[in-house]
Amino acid sequence: MQFFLEVLIGGLLSGVMYSLVALGFVLIYKASGVFNFAQSAMVFFAALTYVGLLEHGLSPWLAVPATLAVMIALALVVERVVLRPLVNQPQITLFMATIGLTFFIEGLAQMTWGANVRGLDLGLEDAPIAWLSDNAGINVSKFDLVAAGVAAILVTALALFFNRTRIGRALRAVADDHQAALAVGIPLKQIWAIVWSVAGAVALVAGLLWGARNGVQYALTFVALKALPVLILGGFDSVPGAIVGGLIVGASEKLAEVYLGPYVGGGIEGWFPYVLALAFLLVRPEGLFGEKIIRRI
Amino acid sequence: MLYREAGQFKTSYREDEAIFPIRQDRIAMLLILAVAFVAVPLLATPYLLTGILIPFLILSLAALGLNILTGYAGQLSLGTAAFMAVGAFASYNFILRVPGIPVLVAFAGGGVIAALVGVIFGLPSLRIRGFYLAVATLAAQFFIVWFLTKVGWISNYSSSGVISAQPIVILGYGIDTPAQRYLLILSIAAVMALAAKNLARSNVGRSWMAVRDMDVAAEVIGIRLMRAKLLAFAVSSFYCGVAGALFAYAYLGTVEPDAFSLDLSFRILFMVIIGGVGTVLGSFLGSGFVTLLPVLLSLTVRYVDRHLGLHIPESDISNLELMLFGAFIIFFLIVEPHGLARLWQIAKEKLRLWPFPH
Repeated sequence: MQFFLEVLIGGLLSGVMYSLVALGFVLIYKASGVFNFAQSAMVFFAALTYVGLLEHGLSPWLAVPATLAVMIALALVVERVVLRPLVNQPQITLFMATIGLTFFIEGLAQMTWGANVRGLDLGLEDAPIAWLSDNAGINVSKFDLVAAGVAAILVTALALFFNRTRIGRALRAVADDHQAALAVGIPLKQIWAIVWSVAGAVALVAGLLWGARNGVQYALTFVALKALPVLILGGFDSVPGAIVGGLIVGASEKLAEVYLGPYVGGGIEGWFPYVLALAFLLVRPEGLFGEKIIRRI
Repeated sequence: MLYREAGQFKTSYREDEAIFPIRQDRIAMLLILAVAFVAVPLLATPYLLTGILIPFLILSLAALGLNILTGYAGQLSLGTAAFMAVGAFASYNFILRVPGIPVLVAFAGGGVIAALVGVIFGLPSLRIRGFYLAVATLAAQFFIVWFLTKVGWISNYSSSGVISAQPIVILGYGIDTPAQRYLLILSIAAVMALAAKNLARSNVGRSWMAVRDMDVAAEVIGIRLMRAKLLAFAVSSFYCGVAGALFAYAYLGTVEPDAFSLDLSFRILFMVIIGGVGTVLGSFLGSGFVTLLPVLLSLTVRYVDRHLGLHIPESDISNLELMLFGAFIIFFLIVEPHGLARLWQIAKEKLRLWPFPH
């Protein structure tokens, strides 16, 4: 039972890490209808920039705003060079453009900062909390708990931002229909720049946590592949969905690997979340919390 | 002046419904085929054949498969490479376990197995749409590659999961030089492209397009959604399966499941989008573009590097190529979102009026 609880909690907490990446996807999808495959490259780019700045002698506290500035600059450039010329194109075209963007950002990141693996120390130790291991016999990493806390704050802030502010409302209008939003006077350019900047900030947070956990390396870009099932499970356009989806995927993936894995030869973590998400989709085709689309002729 | 259809009267429905209703098109097509079948094998160097033309043709076939699914039937899929893997490994097992099976039958068998797997993974498309479906097809991508790696029987218990393709022998005639392999692939690609074109013009193709444009409306006018969608998955996967078998047998020689990675799926999707969604011609143009672009980029970057004496380190060159590849794709999508096939169409319109535009 203790072992089960430990696996479950470990899974839930690692699920939060997936949610952090999925959140970036949700933001951009919710606000512009673009399925931004480059989010993972942005996570990688942010982490690499942060570590690179540290190596150049910047203090950790200065490096955060500096990296944030770089991410915002990136967002502005993306809006100007990629998105603006592609307004009102079919979604798949925008999706392909973001895959092109992924290649570009990955190349840029590695060219600027080099491709070797680096460690990142946030001053959080990845060790079990002594009190819990002593009293309940369950090992829960302090690092994971902090990550979960950060995710909770981010989600609350973003949910409020989307539902309670003027900009949030404009963002949802843009997602619904580019042209109609333009027609009622919503400044599309600004909105896109804002949302990509926010996604850049989320990528920075995710990059820092993932980088501290696994080291800053090219493999960070594969994190996105973990975030995608989270995304379809929770619904593309739901911020809380990203969190709930992350928890479900994280927990079930770890449980499946531990209890089911030995029977089929292991390594099922790679596809299990997808099959799980697929099963959920068969019941609710728009994800758990996604907006229900009513189709008319 | 050269490309003018004035005076070519069609006096029967047969003529009106021909694939190439304009005489100049027919002549051009014959010329292209003649060059591809006769001139290229005689003149091309082995490097050109194995390095560029063979992968180009094989990937065109895969792109054609994905184009049937995405371009004609409107179902976005990111699992193309996995279906290719199924085709490759199924063909391998057919040749290994069925004594005396003709190679071409084995390839077709690989395609059929891929089609069956495609139908299974196509079932969710009845419920799920758009990007949800695209991400769901990633399940196929990861699951199939994992399955092929884990089940030893499929790779005949080779310790690393790598299979070595058996030599191709057709009617006692060995196919091993690059030119022979090229001709084999070209023949298969030509026949299958013709079949795809005709399928797209038939009632099946029209029902796919109706489903693509609006599936609720298509259902209302009496198209059986399940049949249309699953048929699209089956035909598409068949094409991908045959392409995968050729990829293993006529291009790589030795294959492991990981060769059919998500990266390959994305590359094929690029071919479809850049070539032109919903066109047979576009699959070939897009495949040519995506196959040639990295080669050209690499040559250009190295040429500039050498002549300006920049001495860029090797790792930076590969990163630079990656960046340029991404930039080119974005640039291309912005300049011509409808793909190369559309450019070709515009060129034809212009050519029709040339040199008197009024």
